[in-house]
Amino acid sequence: MRNHREMNGTAVSIERAVVSYREHVALRDVSLEIKRGEFLGVIGPNGAGKTTLLSLINGLGKLVQGRVWVLGHSINHGSVNGIRKRVGYVAQAQNIDPRMPITVKEVVMVGRYGQLGLFRRPNRADREIVDEMLELVGMSHLSKRPIGHLSGGEQQRVAIARALAQEPDMFLLDEPTASLDWRAQGELLDLVRRIHETQKLTTLFVTHDLNALPEACDRVVLMKNGKIWQQGVPELVLKQDILSQLYDAPIMIQEHEGRQIFLKAAG
Amino acid sequence: MDLSIFGYQFMQNAILAAFLGGVACATVGVFVVLMGISFIGVCLSHAAFAGALLGVLLGFDPLLGAFLFSLGTAAIIGPLASRGELNLDTSIGVLFSLMLGLAFIFMGLMSGPKTEMLGLLWGSILTVSNTDLLLLGIVAVGVVGLVLLFFKEIQAVIFNREIALAVGIPASFIIYGILFLTGSTITVSLSPIGGLLIFSLIINPAAAAYQLTYSLKKMFLLSAVFGVVSGWVGLLASYLFNVPSGAAIIVTSSLVFGLATLFSPKRKVKRWRAKDEPSRVL
Repeated sequence: MRNHREMNGTAVSIERAVVSYREHVALRDVSLEIKRGEFLGVIGPNGAGKTTLLSLINGLGKLVQGRVWVLGHSINHGSVNGIRKRVGYVAQAQNIDPRMPITVKEVVMVGRYGQLGLFRRPNRADREIVDEMLELVGMSHLSKRPIGHLSGGEQQRVAIARALAQEPDMFLLDEPTASLDWRAQGELLDLVRRIHETQKLTTLFVTHDLNALPEACDRVVLMKNGKIWQQGVPELVLKQDILSQLYDAPIMIQEHEGRQIFLKAAG
Repeated sequence: MDLSIFGYQFMQNAILAAFLGGVACATVGVFVVLMGISFIGVCLSHAAFAGALLGVLLGFDPLLGAFLFSLGTAAIIGPLASRGELNLDTSIGVLFSLMLGLAFIFMGLMSGPKTEMLGLLWGSILTVSNTDLLLLGIVAVGVVGLVLLFFKEIQAVIFNREIALAVGIPASFIIYGILFLTGSTITVSLSPIGGLLIFSLIINPAAAAYQLTYSLKKMFLLSAVFGVVSGWVGLLASYLFNVPSGAAIIVTSSLVFGLATLFSPKRKVKRWRAKDEPSRVL
């Protein structure tokens, strides 16, 4: 993969961003800096603006006020398409029509299409990248299957392979473990951590589920009502009182074999 | 069986029209079926119909009016859906009712017999003109050419518009292009094939192909073959049984769809034999 990535630069810089959909203000005056190579976790209740924050970074959201730079390019003016090609985005698991005429391999190849541009067909190098990514997420054996025939966990792995096939500089994951079973959830978190480390990406991981927050996070951003409510290293912000206030519900933390487990406390 | 009729010029033209129209409609049909916008066929054919009527009313070429209205409507469908935050099918429904209303108003304003105009709805594949054939040919070649040229973008957009956008594909441009191709196909098919027949030639071959394959390439190919076969077999049946050609083509394409559904490998269910693994009750 690319080895010229600078580890000390800034990947994302957001200054006083406001995003609104009709009457609803989704992000209010949000400022955030993300370093290259950082693994950032974003947590908060439903509707806190987590997904909107991601969509701002991959150029799919509409900025009303403020300034945003991603990988050195301004989102305010200039080609957003160029940024999208360098940002791998994995959305929440979606319902895929089981009869959809597209195979697993073709879905991963879609990740190459943006890089290729119009009028160019995938060549051998592109096919090799696709095979490599399928191997990485452990889906090579299903490469010829129609995508709609896979389970939710398998489809999410394919979505990750697709995002990585873009050879991105940034990796955005929006609730990738939602609706996955226990085992699939654990395996996916492992995979994301491994990818972040080996591919040296800047990773943003969004989840409302505290137990799905990867332990590998360098920093955690807590969002509430469209604002960044608190942020810091996991050891400092993942505390019972802070989390209980964030979710407006009593939350308990228990240690089990050196791992924190978050529970909703009674009352 | 006396097949000498196929030696006549009008019949050869009909065979060629069925081939070109079959390929163009069936190709466009793959988008329509996979994007779930089957209503677009009726909508755009009525838009073309309204445009042709306006042409007759104001004294300009009806074909020009048909093109303007059909392409204009195709161009509005996408932005109307985005602006109004509707799904494409609702946007299509709104425009369809408007076009139907306009068509009736234009007809009401016309004096004299209107049978010629109503012919546009039924079409007349047995009286295709050379201009019809030329236009059909241009559109068929255009549609197939553009699908080949933009295949990977089309595949990505059909799979998931948001993902296509996220990987840096100009998804809206591709969708508007698809709607534009659909509009052009319907307009040039209006007089030879007819507004009502277009609908079945767009939907049935593609829906039949959808039953049989998991490959988008094969789906385009099968759909085109089914479109042409429906046209040809329909023409033959119309001659043999002395029934209207348009209706015969519709019924044939429906039969093709029925057979494809019946033999669809996608409907096969794996047989499973229960072993001795009783569920445990604790």
